[in-house]
Amino acid sequence: MGLPYALIAVILLILISWTGVQGLGLTSLFGIVIPYLAAILFFTGFIHRLIKWSTAPNPFRIPTTGGQQKSLGWIQHSWMDNPFTTFQAILRISSEIFLFRSLFRNLSLRPQTDLQPVSYASAKWLWLFAIAFHYALLTTLFRHLHFFTNPVPAPVRLVQNLDGWFEIGIPQVMMSGLLLLAAVTLLFARRIFIPKLRYISLLNDYFPLFLIMAIATTGVLMRYVDGIDTTSVKELAMGFITFRPSVPDGIGVLFFIHFFLVCSLAAYFPFSKLMHAAGLFFSPTRNLTNNNRASFHRNPWNKPADYHKYADWENQFREKMVEAGIPLDEDPASPKDKE
Amino acid sequence: MAGKLPSPEEIAAIDYNLPETRWMDTPAALREGVFCHAARGRDIEAVHMPNPRDWRVEDDDWKLPENWKEIILKGLKERIERFRSLQLFMDICVRCGACADKCHFFIGSGDPKNMPVLRAELLRSVYRNNFTLAGKLMGKMVGARDLTEQVLKEWWSYFFQCTECRRCSLFCPYGIDTAEITILGRELLNLLGLNIDWIAAAVAKCHRIGNHIGMEPQTFKESIDFLCDDLEEITGIKIEPSINRKGAEILFVTSSGDFYADPGIFTCMGYLMLFHEMDLDYTWSSYAAEGGNFGFFTSHDVAELLNAKIYAEAERLGVKYIIGGECGHMWRVFHQYMGTMNGPPDFLETPVSPVTGTRFEYAASTGAVHICEFTADLINHGKLTLDPSRNDHRRVTFHDSCNVARGMGMLEEPRYLLHHACNNFFEMPEETIREQTFCCGSGAGLHAGENMELRMRGGFARASAVKHVQKKHAVNTLACICAIDRAALPPLMEYWVPEIEVTGVHELLGNALVMKGEIPRTLDLRGEELPSGPNNKG
Repeated sequence: MGLPYALIAVILLILISWTGVQGLGLTSLFGIVIPYLAAILFFTGFIHRLIKWSTAPNPFRIPTTGGQQKSLGWIQHSWMDNPFTTFQAILRISSEIFLFRSLFRNLSLRPQTDLQPVSYASAKWLWLFAIAFHYALLTTLFRHLHFFTNPVPAPVRLVQNLDGWFEIGIPQVMMSGLLLLAAVTLLFARRIFIPKLRYISLLNDYFPLFLIMAIATTGVLMRYVDGIDTTSVKELAMGFITFRPSVPDGIGVLFFIHFFLVCSLAAYFPFSKLMHAAGLFFSPTRNLTNNNRASFHRNPWNKPADYHKYADWENQFREKMVEAGIPLDEDPASPKDKE
Repeated sequence: MAGKLPSPEEIAAIDYNLPETRWMDTPAALREGVFCHAARGRDIEAVHMPNPRDWRVEDDDWKLPENWKEIILKGLKERIERFRSLQLFMDICVRCGACADKCHFFIGSGDPKNMPVLRAELLRSVYRNNFTLAGKLMGKMVGARDLTEQVLKEWWSYFFQCTECRRCSLFCPYGIDTAEITILGRELLNLLGLNIDWIAAAVAKCHRIGNHIGMEPQTFKESIDFLCDDLEEITGIKIEPSINRKGAEILFVTSSGDFYADPGIFTCMGYLMLFHEMDLDYTWSSYAAEGGNFGFFTSHDVAELLNAKIYAEAERLGVKYIIGGECGHMWRVFHQYMGTMNGPPDFLETPVSPVTGTRFEYAASTGAVHICEFTADLINHGKLTLDPSRNDHRRVTFHDSCNVARGMGMLEEPRYLLHHACNNFFEMPEETIREQTFCCGSGAGLHAGENMELRMRGGFARASAVKHVQKKHAVNTLACICAIDRAALPPLMEYWVPEIEVTGVHELLGNALVMKGEIPRTLDLRGEELPSGPNNKG
């Protein structure tokens, strides 16, 4: 339902930056002021959220166990899906972060058959889209470090070269950018073509997809169509991170649009579902060990329970227990018997 | 009730088409056969919970306190600060939809609000509205909405259509656990005295009397004695268990379903035989007789309140450790909560099997061992003589209980027991067992009578998998290690897959157990003729 609003919002962002730079010539606003504001919002928002999460305790140790517990020595323990030690838990959460392990389990409900009315088929495509999207995004971001570093570190150059190994013509084709665009489009497509997903999707879901689509598109346009003065952009970027900001001449409006959209994404990030990126690290069903019976887990706000005490309970049933021959704490002839 | 229950054909024709209206604009239909009756005032009062009164779900007026909205919002804020899980799960869902078709209630009902993602959105929308900037500024556009009585009723409806089975949380890429949402959602509802009768009544009885059916100590003893009489008839051996005996080495706690209702009692007979055969120095307790923690379906505080009695009793009796019987959510609480809530129990020792000498190091802190672990260790050391042919009339499959599977991970132990106790064992399809197991549809307090349609819908996925092995392998027995399963699966099977019997694992073990000095066995624990096997021709 939020789809049209999300689309309008992204178009507005494009129009704002286009008019701002092309029409009003506000290059300093869009090249310096807004980027710094976005950076401030991003970092403070991000840290604020991390503090909020980390100050809320995990009162109980509640991992979702996805395999055999560690119990008797002769039973094979599934340490990755049911971690007993911190090290195993780190491996588990790492497998989630780097490999999207839980998503890899994905199944989809199969139409009913006579033999078995409910069954599942493997559905790894969501995992595939997601992992393609995230790694493409990571590679693209990492490549962009060459704008912010001088000299460009070897790993960045290496990634750039690997990313562009598929050389067809000039300029060099960067796979990550195109893959990013393709993956984000697929993620969007599943949201609108699968009825269940369309039903649950919000503005909050469409907006970042459109934003990333627009960022990737403007990036691709700069690289392959419109061309860009990378030297000037690098000058701007270096000025930005060394806190000696300047806007060199000769940077096209397309860059300012691209940059403004990135700023919007950064500013939006900490206040949105995009925080799942950091949130995953905190997820108690994934990052906690399943050794509850072996070692004590403290709940900081726990208070002792005012439970129904045995003595009171015994008084409640004394005569019946005597008759049934159930042992008592208090001698039946004791004074309390009168109650 | 039975009259109102639609036929299996009617229920199986599940409509997965989505409503025309957006979910926020589609009010929750409180439908007979789906909702449970409201809790009674006296049961709420028994555990000193707020706003005790009698009310009816069908009525428009739920007799809420004047400032109900304030109470809920304050309660939500407190819980966000107290539970990292809640805060995180409110913040990070991306609505990828991976959970949607994993929920047995969605599969069985087609109701989109039974998709775990929407169940959470019911609460998340209110969280956004009151605790996030975007929600405050942009409202409905970003999925935020005001907390109204309509919303509250929707919560009530859908937090009592979730069995806290955690199947969705296994598939969620961020591990968002709907059980946490439901547990805390119900906790909020309980701030207004909104519980269901089946849970609240059980809570009150567990608290005051010691088990969920309110069986008094003398009746408790009679029940156990009655089972022992039956056992004497079947095995010729007189078993004399002790109750509330000080100085025993082990306190045995199981769910009360095991000592009063068919077919749980047959499992209980299995325990009694095993303990007798191993000459275990153990005791029952009629004060802390209930392992199943109905408080867990109400709030964390009430869970702690009921659970506290078990450690208190272990300390009073001076036992060294606790063995727990076959029960699902009881073991989620024993395993993931008991130590934290009421421990550490310094008066207990690291459990050591008196028969094999095995030290259960992994239970060193809570001092609680699952009976399946204990028995698996016995078999592994060759301490039990078992004749699996006595179960040859049974073709067995195994239903993993959700809580034991996904809140503990005890998957192999019961299978090891089954492999030794019977000759014909068949697994259901891979995506319906072990960590991917389907719920019975009646867990987390939903095992009431008035919501039979909901229970049959919820158990549809499980029943389907049973039907599969019934057709493929002529399976006739569904084994499980949960008291709610033993109560809920028989009607479920009768409805969807007739001619499947439900047993506990220790019932089958009891059938197979060759006891010292037993008479030639002709009957199984249900008093039915045994198939003729090598050791029981007599």
